[in-house]
Amino acid sequence: MAKVYVTTPLTDEQVRQIKAGDEVIISGVIYTARDAAHKRMVEDLAAGRPLPFDPKGAVIYYVGPTPPKPGQVIGSAGPTSSYRMDKYTPEMLRQGVKAFIGKGYRGAEVKKALVEYGGLYLVSTGGAGALLARAIKEAEVIAYEDLGAEAVRRLVVENFPTVCIHDVYGGDLYTEGQAQWAKPDAMVKPGAAGSK
Amino acid sequence: MREIHVDQIKETIARLVQEANFKLEPDVTQALARAQTLEEAPVGQAILMQIINNASIAESEQVPMCQDTGAALVFLEIGQDVHLVGGNLYDAVNAGVAKGYTEGYLRMSMLDDPIRRVNTRNNTPAMIYVDIVPGDKVKITVDCKGGGSENMSQLKMLPPSAGWEGAKKFIIETVANAGPNACPPLIVGVGIGGNFDKCALLAKKALLRPVGSPNPDPDWAAREQELLTEINKLGVGPMGLGGTVTALAVHIEVMGCHITALPVAVNIECHSHRHKEAVL
Repeated sequence: MAKVYVTTPLTDEQVRQIKAGDEVIISGVIYTARDAAHKRMVEDLAAGRPLPFDPKGAVIYYVGPTPPKPGQVIGSAGPTSSYRMDKYTPEMLRQGVKAFIGKGYRGAEVKKALVEYGGLYLVSTGGAGALLARAIKEAEVIAYEDLGAEAVRRLVVENFPTVCIHDVYGGDLYTEGQAQWAKPDAMVKPGAAGSK
Repeated sequence: MREIHVDQIKETIARLVQEANFKLEPDVTQALARAQTLEEAPVGQAILMQIINNASIAESEQVPMCQDTGAALVFLEIGQDVHLVGGNLYDAVNAGVAKGYTEGYLRMSMLDDPIRRVNTRNNTPAMIYVDIVPGDKVKITVDCKGGGSENMSQLKMLPPSAGWEGAKKFIIETVANAGPNACPPLIVGVGIGGNFDKCALLAKKALLRPVGSPNPDPDWAAREQELLTEINKLGVGPMGLGGTVTALAVHIEVMGCHITALPVAVNIECHSHRHKEAVL
């Protein structure tokens, strides 16, 4: 388990170096999008319109921040549950997006698509919105402003802390980590439906 | 008959939703400190440290600890000798939530309709629960509940033959399925008995007990401990990265039920258990 520092946009070579379990510390530009923004982005693509950002090597952060207080760059900004974006993730990978930051399990289709297109699934600590906001240096709404917290934002981050759950080799930190600490006499086995 | 103006309820709620989002109550901070002594995984320890640091940043800067500042759950215990004056109680509660979320720079997470999905931009509707109790006071409890943990909650109408073993298996499986999605270490609220809707309400109200406080019935207190032990054998750990503290506490509330029924509800709460009370 290594600590890897990367600057966006990500290259295929950088992505291949990262393994499940690695700490991935991100600097540069990343883009926010959640449920409603993803729905609009795939509708835009279907209608022949471009995405609101250049997807090549891009990193998408699943977050809906709180409004900034006067003097703040952004409000609290921790990750939301990623499975709700599963439906849209293979299309984002086809467009060239290289990594997704969220929290929680991904479905089988997403894991397959990450291997197929060469993408990473990264997580940061859910509920640590005040702490994570400190790594965000600039924030600007670039699309779907009417969606409020769910609008697409361009963020500039400095040493944003994440951990790699799924790499391009099919690695799965949730399964490995939980299996390591599950007790042999547990009544229910870990991992369960969500991670299979 | 004591008169209480509904504006007082509104102003109190506006204050409580902000305080709840900026500062954890002592029962939660103590449970997190205890988790630090119990967690065996280094990665689990690192996550707990982030959670605790995050809470201290939120408190000192008066900012929300989590960007999901929740649906506002407002529990009112109204003394039967109180006369509420000055307007509609439910409107006053919603006005208090709107004021608190706007003034506190909290996130507006509520929609007008589950399918049309237009944001109301003031975090209403609040989820309002009213109980009439003896006395001449009004107790207000707010719980700002995030969507991630609520989405992992489950209810099942078990056959009576399933018994405690069946209920136990369903509860543990619900926590296992929730995994990292619900932001562990969790507080697990369990309702057993009643009917379909009362059972869910029991599970919700179980979350309002001080974290780790036992059910007053020793038999049920023992079952809470049995479940907590079993849940912490899952290996899920803080944020699901693997570890020995998956839940901080299990609270069970029970009620009598029909001869055909064994309803069981599991309402999951994340580590950022944001609650705050006031008595008028």
